Amino acid sequence: MKISEKEVEQLAFLSRLDLQGEEPADWTKSLNAVLDYLELLNKLDTSAVEPAAHVLPLKNIFREDRPQQSLDKELVLANAPEEEEGSFVVPRIV
Amino acid sequence: MSRYEAVIGLEVHVELKTETKLFCGCSTEFGKEPNTQVCPVCLGLPGATGVLNKKAVELAVKAGLALNCEIGTNTWFDRKNYYYPDLPKGFQISQVFRPIAYKGYLDLELNGKSKRINITRAHLEEDPGKLTHAGGSIITSHCSYVDYNRSGIPLVEIVSEPEIRSGEEAKAYLEKLKAILEYAGVSDVKMEQGSLRCDANVSVRPVGSTVLGTKTEIKNMNSFRAVQRAIDYEVERQIEALMDGGRIIQETRAWDENLGVTVAMRSKENPDYRCFMEHELAPIELKTEWIEDVRATIPELPDARRKRLVEEHGLPVYDAGVITSSLDLAEFFDAALKEYPDAKTVSNWVMGELLRLLNARNLELSEAKITPGGLASLLKLIEKGAISNKMGKEVFEVMFEEGKDPDQIVKEKGLSQISDESQLNRIIAEVIAKNPKSVADFQSGKEKAIGFLVGQVMKATRGQANPGVVNAILREKLAE
Repeated sequence: MKISEKEVEQLAFLSRLDLQGEEPADWTKSLNAVLDYLELLNKLDTSAVEPAAHVLPLKNIFREDRPQQSLDKELVLANAPEEEEGSFVVPRIV
Repeated sequence: MSRYEAVIGLEVHVELKTETKLFCGCSTEFGKEPNTQVCPVCLGLPGATGVLNKKAVELAVKAGLALNCEIGTNTWFDRKNYYYPDLPKGFQISQVFRPIAYKGYLDLELNGKSKRINITRAHLEEDPGKLTHAGGSIITSHCSYVDYNRSGIPLVEIVSEPEIRSGEEAKAYLEKLKAILEYAGVSDVKMEQGSLRCDANVSVRPVGSTVLGTKTEIKNMNSFRAVQRAIDYEVERQIEALMDGGRIIQETRAWDENLGVTVAMRSKENPDYRCFMEHELAPIELKTEWIEDVRATIPELPDARRKRLVEEHGLPVYDAGVITSSLDLAEFFDAALKEYPDAKTVSNWVMGELLRLLNARNLELSEAKITPGGLASLLKLIEKGAISNKMGKEVFEVMFEEGKDPDQIVKEKGLSQISDESQLNRIIAEVIAKNPKSVADFQSGKEKAIGFLVGQVMKATRGQANPGVVNAILREKLAE
């Protein structure tokens, strides 16, 4: 097991996901399957291979430094669980 | 205490001078209402992907070149994952594996000696949002407010090698870095607006040791002076702890400006950012020609300018260093020099009166009303003898505050110097009559007595007599 159920619960907590019942155990199982697969890939010798920064043969996709319309303030705050004077309000951090 | 030495590395975040953010077209203008310069990209809404701002790449390369860095021709962005409310995506887009610039350096002049500080890397990244804590402090507040206007603003993070040895050196490094970036035109470098921010990694070790001690990271320093004070405090704290048989804990500490101490914020044993490539943005491939084109746009930098002032205008190295420490000041000096080509005199006034008033009023040069042409006119008035040096300082202050023409100020204040001999002759005759003892002293060879007599004439004219002319007339009369 590369990741424990406890770590999955901590990850869920940090991500504000509410895992219930069998879910922590199920997710632990599937995340470990992913990690096992990566372990297999790690066995390949890639020391002579340049890292693939992108899966498509793309490079230098730029835009010019020209301002565009920002979102309307009401839309910005529409999803905020709590809002005060235009700011998002979040619970105590530390 | 001298058995330990400090090992200091600085991480400086500098906001690049772009109109728009790194990955979206939202404005970067400072001081706007919270959350009015945001869009799905910089809010990190699911499904939103940004496109890289070309200007930011150009400015980052420019910054790297100005700092003598090598430029990465094959670079890309990475994700630095962490959970914090200022970062809505849950990761920061930064350059972890392939910084756009690396292996640079800058040279410091400290107490007449030169010291080179190497720069590990300068990489591009996005700024997180801005947090304000209700109730003032992060520790006592019950909630925090988030403004994402700053989220996505392009930064270069400039990381120095741990080669700095004191708070004083750290301050000198920052001043030099600021000047270079300002000259190169890559950033406004205003610490008070947050366009330049500095964190310090501080550790100590026994002199002669090559192993690094446990470091702490100091944050929350809002001026170069604060950086110097915080580092000096932290170095001493660590040395004392070790000498008392204690150990240093790897942690982040905050500088408290009022108390003059660093306070533990959070332990930072092993931050794991689980970095990986940002696969939604295409990699950056820079051609050598393009990099050279950028290099060609870099104007004369502070070191070259300082050298020019010394070699072409004969300024003392110290003067040249002070004048070139800020671009505004160097431009002011050059413009004044064009109209009054006596470098040392111009430098004396710039370093004396101009800097004195700027510091006393806590102003930027752009906020002062005096112009380089105005200073040149003033210096011409003094040279002609129309006003004394001392009056000149008074006039300078009015020019600084109100920006008027010096001739006008001299007229309005009735300051003009009396050089008219017939007028002075009358006053001098009176002074001679009233001070027979000093006259006799001078005539019997006491050279100093003349100073007293000149002083009496100055007093009688309320300082408006031309002291040189007075001296000459007095000598002539007393020799008779």
